[in-house]
Order: sequence, then structure tokens, then C-alpha cells
Amino acid sequence: MSESTRENALRLTLLRRSELWKDATARIRRLSGKRTQDATDAAAMADDYRMLAHDVAKARRMLPDSRAREYLEAAYAQAHASLHRPAWHAGHAVLNLFRDDIPAVMRWLRPHVFWATALFILTVVAGYWMVHTYPDLIALFASPELIATVERGQLWTEGLLNVVPSSVLSLQILTNNIVVSLFAYCAGFLFGLGTVYVLGLNGLMLGAVFAFTGQYGLDDDLFRFVVAHGCVEISVMCLSGAAGAAVGEALIRPGTATRAESFQRAALQSGKLILACVLLLVGSGLIEGYISPNPAVSLRVRIAIGVSYWLFMIALLNGWLFRFHRLKSVATRLKSAVTA
Amino acid sequence: MDRTSDLVVDSVTGVDVALPVAGPGARSFAFVIDWVIRTILSVAWYVVAALLHNGGWSVVAPLTPDAPWFVFVVAPPAAIYFLYHPVWEVATRGLTPGKRMAGLQTVSRNGGAPGVGSLLTRNVFRLVDSFPIAYALGLITTMVTRNHVRIGDLAAGTLLVYTRNDTTLTRYPDERRADNQLDAKTAEVLGELLQRWATLDSAARRRIAQTILTDAAAGTDEDLRMQLESLADRGVP
Repeated sequence: MSESTRENALRLTLLRRSELWKDATARIRRLSGKRTQDATDAAAMADDYRMLAHDVAKARRMLPDSRAREYLEAAYAQAHASLHRPAWHAGHAVLNLFRDDIPAVMRWLRPHVFWATALFILTVVAGYWMVHTYPDLIALFASPELIATVERGQLWTEGLLNVVPSSVLSLQILTNNIVVSLFAYCAGFLFGLGTVYVLGLNGLMLGAVFAFTGQYGLDDDLFRFVVAHGCVEISVMCLSGAAGAAVGEALIRPGTATRAESFQRAALQSGKLILACVLLLVGSGLIEGYISPNPAVSLRVRIAIGVSYWLFMIALLNGWLFRFHRLKSVATRLKSAVTA
Repeated sequence: MDRTSDLVVDSVTGVDVALPVAGPGARSFAFVIDWVIRTILSVAWYVVAALLHNGGWSVVAPLTPDAPWFVFVVAPPAAIYFLYHPVWEVATRGLTPGKRMAGLQTVSRNGGAPGVGSLLTRNVFRLVDSFPIAYALGLITTMVTRNHVRIGDLAAGTLLVYTRNDTTLTRYPDERRADNQLDAKTAEVLGELLQRWATLDSAARRRIAQTILTDAAAGTDEDLRMQLESLADRGVP
């Protein structure tokens, strides 16, 4: 038998398996994206994967520019994607995220949180000093309307609920805060400089506005407005900054990994914290819309709400809220051991 | 297939998986389709809700907008527009209607479906990719990076590949013919020709049949030769 006849026979033998490929493709399409409890289905898919791998290898050698090869490559890729699809149980994923992942990220980000907070405090002090010493500099940080309102002896937050309903105010505020928080995280991509800018600017603004309102005797009123929602809101700003700083550091000092790998790892890890930050900002926005502008709420209540919500944040980020789950399972095991 | 533009992934079978990576053109095409869909949905919601809210033929915001205006007229279209990508991608593990129509899919670097964390991360980074306007930074990044990825994909470890779900198999020769002279390549060309026959005009049919007749393998198969001559003469199957 000549070489060409042999090759042709081999090709045709391969092509005669096309019905098997079609069956495998149909099974993969049927099962991809769906859950199955049927072990036979899963085993058949694993067999299909091996069979397709075998035939792809042959097709690459014997039929490199054929439609059959293209079909096999597509079927093989689909089988690979379906088999490598990670299991997803929403309940377990959320529990794991808040009980294990976020506390782990918090431990990893501890130095970043410290430096981000230090930077924020420093810029608050700088902003306060700047406007306290040179009052005209407030024009750099506040709008003309805000300046005019304070110069009239009023806070821009007064009568806010007469203008905008609480629900709308909450929605606007939480949307704005979430965007700022996400931006502080993403801006870490610019080797951390973007994050430093966002943190610094917000710190300067806060300090400057407090100094400016202080000159008109309104700083107590501003504190009264801010305290209920501000404890968590400002903390979240620092946490987002820490996440952004981690992303930036991964690009500056990738260690043994490549820059791309290091960036990816840092972004995915610190992104988990950002998810918690977004949830916390929703609560903060609701407090800022419903409680902060409401003159009927006393300072004591505001402080209690602010501190309680801040403690809740600490407990959430350290996974303490989900420890009961672990304690419960330990208790169950102990109980069963005693019974045995 | 151009193997240089493939994502090659190791497999436990020992045969690597080749996924054709989508370039900036295909990505832009998918994005534009999605943009049109979410714009239409958002505008449609706004118009219908505004008409219902105003109780007349006006879609203009009232001078003093109340809570229902924001909650039912303004917020849902904004949510549709801005949450369109993350919601679709998380729900379908990397697909949006635009990507489906363009034949693309988001995959992780191991060729599998990306996790929820990766999908959310790639969407959060749209804030950076959309800078300064119209996704310019993202588009430039897809042009200069090896796997045509934007910054969000770099952060999430994802990329876009062609799904190739529309690839069909040609009808291959039966036993009798296989044992004769028709080789696999000619069989594939013929199968493809027969599949496309209805879309070809008669001049093209004649030209292709004549071309195949000149092929040595087809020329030695008497049965096939007669059929092709008949096709070439008549121009109809």
C-alpha cells in the first residue's frame, strides 16, 4: 500500500466518526449551562471529551485545513469549557465570601488600610489648615452656591428634605458614593496614583469644608449632619483606597509573578472587599437620605446610629457576623460525639 | 484557522485546546449591538413610564420632580443602561445578547467559564476602560495587547473568544465510495458545494463543477464524474 493511499484511508476512517462527533456535540450543548444530577450524563461527557481530544489531535495532523477539524476544535473547546465550569451555589458562595474571603482580604490589606487612612487623615488636616489660614481657597473645593449658602449662615443640608424626598436623596447619594468608591479602586491601575488622587481630593474637601463652616459657626451643624452616615462612608472611602493601593502596588512591585499576573491577583482579591464596600454604602446612603437631613433626630441618636453601623461594618469585614455558623457546627459535632 | 491568534490551553488529555481570540473588530461589533439594545430598552422604559406618570403626551420631567418620578421613571432606565453588562454576564456566565450575535464568549485563561468574581471585576473596570470617551482607552488596549483584551479583562483574567457554534460538518462519503478513489479533501469540497448549492447561481454552479472535474481524484471516480458532468451541463442538482 502506498503512503498516500494509507493516509487517505486513515483520513476517511477519521471522517467516518463524524456521527460520533455530532452526538457528542449535541450532548455537550444540552448539558452546558445546565445542572445535571445524572452521573451517566457526566460520565458520557467525560468520555466525549477524551474522544474529541483524540480525534482533534488526528485532525490537526491529517486534515489541518478542513471543516472537519474546525468542527472538532469547536466541539472540543465547548467540552473543555463545560467540564471546567466551576460549581456555583449562590448561598455557599455568599457565605464563604463574608465568612472567609473578605476577612482574609482584610488581613492581607491591613498595611494598605493603615496607609490609606493615614493619607486621608493627613489630607483632611491639610485641607482644614489651608482654608483656615487662607479662607479664599475654599473656592478650590466648594461650589459658589455652597459658599453663598454658608455665607448666609445656613448649611446647604438644611431643608434638604423639603426639596428632595428621602428615597430620591438616598438613591442619588448611594449611587454617587458607590461610583466614587469603585473609581478609587479602579484608579489603582495607574500605579496607585489615581487612588492617591481620589483619596487626597476627598480628604482635602472634607477638611476644607469643615474649616469653612467653622468660620461661620456651622461646624457643629455639619458634624451633626455627617456623624450618622459619615463613620462608615469615610471608612469605606479608606477601604476602597486601600484596595486601589493594593492594585497599584501589584503593578509597581509584582514580586516573582509577571506584572499582568500580579495585577490580576490583586484586582480579584481586593475586588471582594469592594463588593462589601458597595453593600455598606447602600446602608450609608439610606441613613444619609432618611436620618441625616431629618432635624427631628437628636445628636445622641445620630451618634448611636453612626457608631453602631461602624461596629457592624467592623464585624462584617472580620467575618464575626458569620462565626455563629461555625459555632453551631462545632456544637452539633460535640453533641453527636457526646450522644455516641 | 490562524493558530497565531489562538489562546492555547493545556488539557488533562494531553491535547491542547485552541480557542480563537476575538480581535478589536469583533469586540466592537458585539459592544455596539449591546449598546443599541440597552439604549432602546432604557429609552423605551423612560418614554412609557414618563407618559404614564405625566398622564399625557409629554415625556418632560416635571418642574418639581416627586419620588415616583425618580423611582419609576428615572432609576429603572439608568439601572438598565449601567447594569446591563454585569447582570447579563453573571446570569449567563460571560454572554450578552451582543456577544451571542457576534459569536463571542467571555472565557477565563484556562478556557473555562469565568467565575462571578471575575465577571464583576471586568465590569467594574469599565469605569477605566470607558475613559476619556466612548471606550477609547479600552479600544486602544484591545489593539495593543497580545490577546486583544481591555484593562477589565487584564484585571479579571478573562478574554473574548469565538464560540464557532455555527460550524457544521460536511456529509462525508459512504463506505462504497470511501473504499474507492475519492479522497477526504475532495469529499469535503463536494460536501460543502452541495450544502451551498441552493445559494449559487447557475453560472457559478457550472464553473465549480467544471473545476472539480479537473481534479484527479474526482476524475477517476466514474460515478461521480458522470454526476458532475450532468450538473455542469444542466446547472441544477
